[in-house]
Amino acid sequence: MKNPIENLNKIFDSRIRLGVMSILVVNEEVNFNDLKKMLDVTDGNLASHLVNLEENGYIKVHKGFIGRKTNTTYSITKAGEKAFKDHIEALESMIRGVR
Amino acid sequence: MHSHHPPQDTLQDIKRIMERSSRFISLSGWSGISAGICALLGAAAAYIRIKTYQGSRYDTGIAATNELLTDLMVIAAATFVAAFTTAFLFTWLRSRKDNVPVWGRTAQRLFINTVIPMAVGGIVLLRAMQWGYFELVAPGCLIFYGLALVNGSKYTVGEVRYLGYGQIILGMINLYWIGAGLYFWAAGFGLLHILYGAIMWWKYERGDR
Repeated sequence: MKNPIENLNKIFDSRIRLGVMSILVVNEEVNFNDLKKMLDVTDGNLASHLVNLEENGYIKVHKGFIGRKTNTTYSITKAGEKAFKDHIEALESMIRGVR
Repeated sequence: MHSHHPPQDTLQDIKRIMERSSRFISLSGWSGISAGICALLGAAAAYIRIKTYQGSRYDTGIAATNELLTDLMVIAAATFVAAFTTAFLFTWLRSRKDNVPVWGRTAQRLFINTVIPMAVGGIVLLRAMQWGYFELVAPGCLIFYGLALVNGSKYTVGEVRYLGYGQIILGMINLYWIGAGLYFWAAGFGLLHILYGAIMWWKYERGDR
C-alpha cells in the first residue's frame, strides 16, 4: 500500500453515487423519491447514477406498487457493502498517511 | 466530493448523509421545554386536587375517592394532550426550517419505536390501577417512558438516550419511595424535560436565528 489513492474506488468519485451508497448502507430499503430528496438531485441525474451502481452490482432494484403508483426501491448488495467499506478504509488511510 | 477533495471532508459528508437519512434530527429543544412546562402545570393541578380531597375525606366515602380518581385521570389526559401538541408544534416548525418532512420515513421509525414501549406501559399501568396499585402509576410512567426514549434514541438525536436514562433512574428510585409519586413524576416529566430541552436548544438551535 504505497499509494492509498489507488485503493479509492473510481465509481465513488461521484458525489451522488457515494451519497446513494451512504444512505443505503444505513437504510434497508429506500425509494427513488426519498433518495432524490435526501441528495437534492434531479430525476435524470439520479437515475443514471443508480443504473451505474446497479450495473456494478452494488445495489439491487425492486420494482413494486403502492396502490396503482409504481414504487421503486433500492437496497445495497453484499458486494456494494464491501466496496463501500473498502473505500472508507482507503479514505481513512489517506488521512493517516498525511499525518 | 471528487477525488481531489480532502478525504476528511468526504468522510464528514458521508457521516452527515448517513445520519440525516437514518435519524429524525429535527426534534426541537423547545419541544422538551414546552412538554416540561405542561407536565409541571399538570402536576400542580393534581396536587391541588389531592389536597382538597384530603381536606374533606372524613365526611365522604367511596364516591369522593372515585371522583378524585376520575379527576386525576382527566388531568393526566389533558396534560398528555397539551404536552404532545406543543412538543409536536415546535418540532414541526423546526422540521419545516430544516426542510425535512415531519412525517417522513425517519419520523415514522422514531414514532413506532417510542410508541411500542409506551403503549405496553400504558396497558400495564391500566391493569395496575384496576387492581388498586395506584402507587405504581408514577414510577411506571417514568420507567416505561424512559425505556421508550432509550429505544427511540437510535432513530433521532442521540442525546435522547440520556433523557431516557434520567427518567428510568427517577422511576426506579420512586419504586422504593412509594408515596412521593407526584414529586418524582413532576421531576421527571417536568424538570428533566425542561433541562434536556434547554441543553438541546443551547447546543443546536441557539445559532439558528
